[in-house]
Amino acid sequence: MRVQASDLQIWTIIVVLGIGTYLIRWSFLGALGDRDLPGWMLRMLRYTPVAVLPALVAPLVMWPAATGGNPDPARLAAATATVAVGVMTKNVMLAILAGGITLFGLLYLLS
Amino acid sequence: MGRPCLALRVVQARCREPLQDESSMSPSPAPRPSARQAPADEATERALARSPRAAFRHGIVQSLPFLVVIIPFAILFGVVATEAGLDIAQVMGFSILVLAGASQFTAVQLLSDNAPTIIVILSGLAVNLRMAMYSASLLPWLRDASGTQKAWVAYTLIDQSYALSIQHYERHPRLSVTQRLAYFAGTALVLCLPWMIATWVGATVGQAIPDGIALDFAMPITFLAMIAPMLRTTAHLAACFVAIVAALALAGLPSGLGLLIAAPLGMATGALVEARMERRGA
Repeated sequence: MRVQASDLQIWTIIVVLGIGTYLIRWSFLGALGDRDLPGWMLRMLRYTPVAVLPALVAPLVMWPAATGGNPDPARLAAATATVAVGVMTKNVMLAILAGGITLFGLLYLLS
Repeated sequence: MGRPCLALRVVQARCREPLQDESSMSPSPAPRPSARQAPADEATERALARSPRAAFRHGIVQSLPFLVVIIPFAILFGVVATEAGLDIAQVMGFSILVLAGASQFTAVQLLSDNAPTIIVILSGLAVNLRMAMYSASLLPWLRDASGTQKAWVAYTLIDQSYALSIQHYERHPRLSVTQRLAYFAGTALVLCLPWMIATWVGATVGQAIPDGIALDFAMPITFLAMIAPMLRTTAHLAACFVAIVAALALAGLPSGLGLLIAAPLGMATGALVEARMERRGA
């Protein structure tokens, strides 16, 4: 779980990600001006977070590194609780809280 | 008479959306400012009468509720990044130079998985692509701002400052550029500075937390909590579902590579479903 990258690698990531993110934000305000985005591109952009984040998180939920890659009831339940509360309340912090309580509660009960 | 009423209702619905949905990361893209005048009401008169300083204060006040989300979130990032093994300078480097929560968490997660540098960067950028949409939708309102002013707006253009500002601009279309910039500056100050400070607090706290507490799952839970409120249309659900299935199917690939394939598949699915729904509605 611990980062093994060198300091140089980490700083490269921070600086390049920082510059790249800035250029994305500046794009239309600055360089691209009033150019119209093609409709299909606007559509794709709208779904970046909702596609990238689940793709990132799904394997972490199914095969947590902490349990050697074996599915873990406490973590699966915590994930379910987080999503359920998030969908119902639309409140990010409440969802995190629900997931955290479920995780630590079950880890305590099951240990 | 049916038509103007309908149009008005659409505008109102759009204006309300970011507030109802304040935790969401992807407010809908805004339309261009239209020639149509907003109904002259008291709120508009007040907004038009504001000095730049008052508009700045107004932006500050309206941003304050978002701190309930931003501060704990930034603390969490500081804790998690420190626990993953980054030093304080690196943690702060993320929050000051990148200044985008979801991509910061993404980068740290992939770093923990020992993904190659290029994949960490590409994934982080992919998460932030939505901001090009924000940039495009703010341009018509800020076209007359100076280059330096636009550069600062770009630096502090985050989900919440965008959502608040675009809502304010659409609600009061006749604001001057100075009033618009002052309002944006107010939101940017209240939203971005605490992000950095709270990150530092989290990083300091993180150093004091003993290893062995199940913090490995803090990041997945955070991501899930961010995703859940976004699932508000069939298209969002479809994008999410396809991304998950693809990511699980491709989990055997070297770390991070499955993500770079699964995410575009999910995005394309969302776009296709949206196009289909629109055609059916039309």
